[in-house]
Amino acid sequence: MTRGRTTLGTTVTSSPSQLGAIERHALCIRRNVIRMLATAGSGHPAGSLGLADVFAAMYFDILKYNPTDPNDPTRDILVLSAGHTVPAQYAALAEAGLIPEEELLTLGKFGSRLQGHPERQRLPWLETTSGPLGCGLSQAAGMAYAIKNWHSDDPASKKRYIYVITGDGELDEGNNWEALMFAAKNALGNMIAIVDRNHIQIDGTTEDVMPLEPLDDKFRAFGWHVQQIDGNNVESIIDACALARAETERPSVILAYTTPGKGVDFMEDDYKWHGKAPNAEEAKRALRMLEARDL
Amino acid sequence: MAELDSTRAGFGRGLVAAGEKGKRVVALAADLVESVQMHLFAEKFPERFVEVGIAEQNLVTIASGMAHVGFIPFAGSYAAFSPGRNWEQIRTTIALNNQPVKIIGSHAGLNVGPDGATHQMLEDIALMRVMPNMVVIAPGDAIEAEKVALACAADERPNYIRLTREKSPIFSDADAPFEIGKAYVLREGRDVSIFATGTMTALALAAAEELLSQNISAEIIHVPTIKPLDADTILTSAQKTGHIITIEEHQIAGGFGSAIAELLIENNTFARNDPAKKFRRIGVDDQFGQSGTAAELLEHYGLTTENIIKIATELLK
Repeated sequence: MTRGRTTLGTTVTSSPSQLGAIERHALCIRRNVIRMLATAGSGHPAGSLGLADVFAAMYFDILKYNPTDPNDPTRDILVLSAGHTVPAQYAALAEAGLIPEEELLTLGKFGSRLQGHPERQRLPWLETTSGPLGCGLSQAAGMAYAIKNWHSDDPASKKRYIYVITGDGELDEGNNWEALMFAAKNALGNMIAIVDRNHIQIDGTTEDVMPLEPLDDKFRAFGWHVQQIDGNNVESIIDACALARAETERPSVILAYTTPGKGVDFMEDDYKWHGKAPNAEEAKRALRMLEARDL
Repeated sequence: MAELDSTRAGFGRGLVAAGEKGKRVVALAADLVESVQMHLFAEKFPERFVEVGIAEQNLVTIASGMAHVGFIPFAGSYAAFSPGRNWEQIRTTIALNNQPVKIIGSHAGLNVGPDGATHQMLEDIALMRVMPNMVVIAPGDAIEAEKVALACAADERPNYIRLTREKSPIFSDADAPFEIGKAYVLREGRDVSIFATGTMTALALAAAEELLSQNISAEIIHVPTIKPLDADTILTSAQKTGHIITIEEHQIAGGFGSAIAELLIENNTFARNDPAKKFRRIGVDDQFGQSGTAAELLEHYGLTTENIIKIATELLK
């Protein structure tokens, strides 16, 4: 029943045709993100579009999960710390057939399982509840610690990984740095963080609001294994996660350089689209652009 | 003179017992292992004890992650820091996420003494009782605190447990019942109901003895679970005596006395046509604490047997 990643190792097993399929899933995620946000009239397009490739790679290659049981005790865990990008995760869940595609347009509506920010109690495919920033790394560290040290009698625990997706702006929060120290101290090699390095946050660029650079050096100084990749390249994402899994003594971070608003030219690299939903006309233009591209 | 012990010491012993009973029980501390009496657990179960350093936001969110993969984490610090500093993390990752994390707020109240206002947490009951899904418990003495630890380990909800630093009189015994959500009538009376939570119950019991010599029959109700309140026991007593005093080592705004007031008013226990009924809260009234001995501070802020007696006699005049 395992979906996604079926083999362990340091080499990429995905063939070019598999990669093409994942890229197509990412494109469908982007289209649905635009439809969802336009219908809801609120949401965060830049990060959601920027992370589409990461989510597609997660659900169609990297994550080991059981499509019939979100609580399968042998599954990998994906923690979304940057809760405002959850539309991309909802779209990926629909793409993977875990929730109905029609449900996507209920985003943020009364009674919907698809809350504006992710809520685990309403949708068990989400591993945590998030939105208030800076708490994903530490929750993931708690899970990784427990699985490493207290599930160790169970051979399946050795093959379980805890992935966490954080924004870059949210690294302003101090809780993250507490978590980085804890993960390094406890050699949480089963923990893999992906930082959505898109250089924007609500009030401007990350380097204007609160400089993060040199970000790779900061992680290294905190005892983490660091990789820097093109976060909009599916193959790079899959490759980097395989290398991160091979690093067993240290927690790993992948600084995934993404283009915020990726795929919609008037949104790309513009921080004003961090937290503003497209209106009907803008959504139409965006969808035209995304539909013109077919892989 | 009653035997003395602190609720944190009792809880620390109870946590060891809970660890013996269940393998899912784990403990986390934030550089205050002995202060929160977790050293007993850490010595007995070193493999199930985790030190996170001076990082209360990390403390509770790591605990939330551990709960997510099947454990019952007890996360201990001073109440002033947890939930004082990390309230939002508790709200989002534990309460809204409904994880069975046990937040231990030790050194609550004025009784931490010389450390002063920064460390004298007087707002934690208010902070925690407004949080959906959260259970709030203030054990009355060290023996009850042991039972609280065991009961919390068996409870699948998020819990907040409020503990005290100073030794206080033991009024219960090994056979006394404790169940989450129950209040206990420790002494029956007919003139006034005194509702007490935490270690204030010992003061109320002593006051009842003295009041009897003044021909006032006080009913003492110990309310260790502040949320959810035991409405039946509380309303039955309030309807019987008609006069109510509450006492807590906490701000009177938003705390235990406020919770009792809300319950009584909404159940028409204080109906408009019965002006004879009276209600008084004893607690800290919109002030911070300060340095001093525990005894000096409790006296200064009116948390004494003498003050309970004074207020009861005023009410019944």
